[in-house]
Amino acid sequence: MSQLAQQLAGGQFVVTAEIAPPKGTNLAPALDGARKLRGVTAVNVTDNQGANMRLSSLALAAQLQQSGTETILQLTCRDRNRMALQSDLLGAAAFGIENLLLLSGDHGKFGDHPDARPVFDLDSVQMLDMASGLMAGTDMAGKPLNGVPRFFPGAAVNPAAEPFELMFQKVTKKVASGARFFQTQSVFEHGPLERFMAAMAPLRVPVIAGVLLMRSAKMARFLNANIPGVKVPQPLIERLEDAGDPMAEGLAIARETVGWARELCQGVHLMTLGHEDQIPAILA
Amino acid sequence: MIISELKPLDELQLALSACDKLFLVGCAACATACKAGGEEEVFKLQEWLATQGKEVSGSVVIDEACHIMRAARELRHHRNAVQEADALVVLACGSGIQSISSNVEKRVVGGLNSMFLGNVRRFGHYEEMCSLCGDCILNETAGICPVTTCAKGLLNGPCGGMEDGRCEVDEEIECAWRLIYERLQKQRRQGVFARRVPPKNWSRRRQPGRYRLKNGGR
Ligand code: SF4
Ligand code: SF4
Repeated sequence: MSQLAQQLAGGQFVVTAEIAPPKGTNLAPALDGARKLRGVTAVNVTDNQGANMRLSSLALAAQLQQSGTETILQLTCRDRNRMALQSDLLGAAAFGIENLLLLSGDHGKFGDHPDARPVFDLDSVQMLDMASGLMAGTDMAGKPLNGVPRFFPGAAVNPAAEPFELMFQKVTKKVASGARFFQTQSVFEHGPLERFMAAMAPLRVPVIAGVLLMRSAKMARFLNANIPGVKVPQPLIERLEDAGDPMAEGLAIARETVGWARELCQGVHLMTLGHEDQIPAILA
Repeated sequence: MIISELKPLDELQLALSACDKLFLVGCAACATACKAGGEEEVFKLQEWLATQGKEVSGSVVIDEACHIMRAARELRHHRNAVQEADALVVLACGSGIQSISSNVEKRVVGGLNSMFLGNVRRFGHYEEMCSLCGDCILNETAGICPVTTCAKGLLNGPCGGMEDGRCEVDEEIECAWRLIYERLQKQRRQGVFARRVPPKNWSRRRQPGRYRLKNGGR
């Protein structure tokens, strides 16, 4: 069982972070960055995040795992069909990767290869079913596996999405398809998170709240314009704008959000975008 | 209908650089309706070709250019003019262009780019609502196609990019799943939300498509 699975099962408050593979083959900064992480249970390894082509998430996750960092492998439906996704999951298992975050994936329009043909052969619910099937010993064609993988599959959710009931229908489907934990989009407001967690209570699936470290008002506006599903509310943008030291204000905002997560959720997922050294300060 | 548009003129210019005399073909069906290959557009093409120093040996607008036998018949009617030409220029969808190219030995230059099977919102506004997947889910989705009108073709509800019910790919467009959800609610039924939709059977859409009516259509 992965540490993440154990700690969540044991009711411990977990901390996850994320690392993006390089554009190119130089793994040193990513491996180095992972080594320096403190107080983190597992690290998400992103998969062509924002539809920008990078080294494969599986390759970096395998390296991290072998150098002793527990990973959460992100896999999207955008770039691979059902055969490639199954192959990669079996490959991940062979490298000892257990934690998965199975995603639809941002549309290719947002990235650096907008002319690529999007795949979306499966959606995230179907991919969770696929992982559950592999764990039960058969592939999607019903053929038996020689060596059965063990996974701890997770899914993503935007707790502030509207219409709420529509979003939550899909959460219910993801749980039915085998999602054992959720990691959320960046959380910016207490109210929507509280409402979401109240709806989650009967499902008994742990939720790790997404916390984004914003360094400036400019960055917040950029995220609003360019990252699907991220909507930094105007009052927060103003706080960053009016602050003498925007980075310190961003840290303060992140700390408040971690506080809400401690009150409502089972963990936090810290998106520090290159400022991993600030993680202890965010958790303090 | 099939929505198509005229290719960029510099691309056409290049494709026609080795040809002096041309026979023009339009289509009276879709290409006429979307103002890409009807009488009017064939005439405009002829005028443009004149400015390029090209000669036109004749022209025809075929009833439905995708009908291979009908295209053959029309080309036979214009045998001499076709014979005279160095190439045929076809203002029809890719299907129509291939009816022509399968009926003549001569070079065929397609003048249009074919885009999608489109509904007409109002004159000159076309929207893709069906992408011919071969396994229709509309009866469960309140008559709104997620395969086509969701930018990712998702089958089990909206992605994380939906913002206030709008699509992450184009905020002018409403998320297909929100529309499906609202219409099902109005109809007081669960529809597609009652089950987890399994992965799509894409073998239904194996290309190239072939279909024959049973008993020869009788
Ligand atoms: S599900 Fe959509 S794409 Fe498939 S046949 Fe029906 S309308 Fe067309
Ligand atoms: S926002 Fe809605 S329509 Fe757009 S890609 Fe996501 S699910 Fe599909």
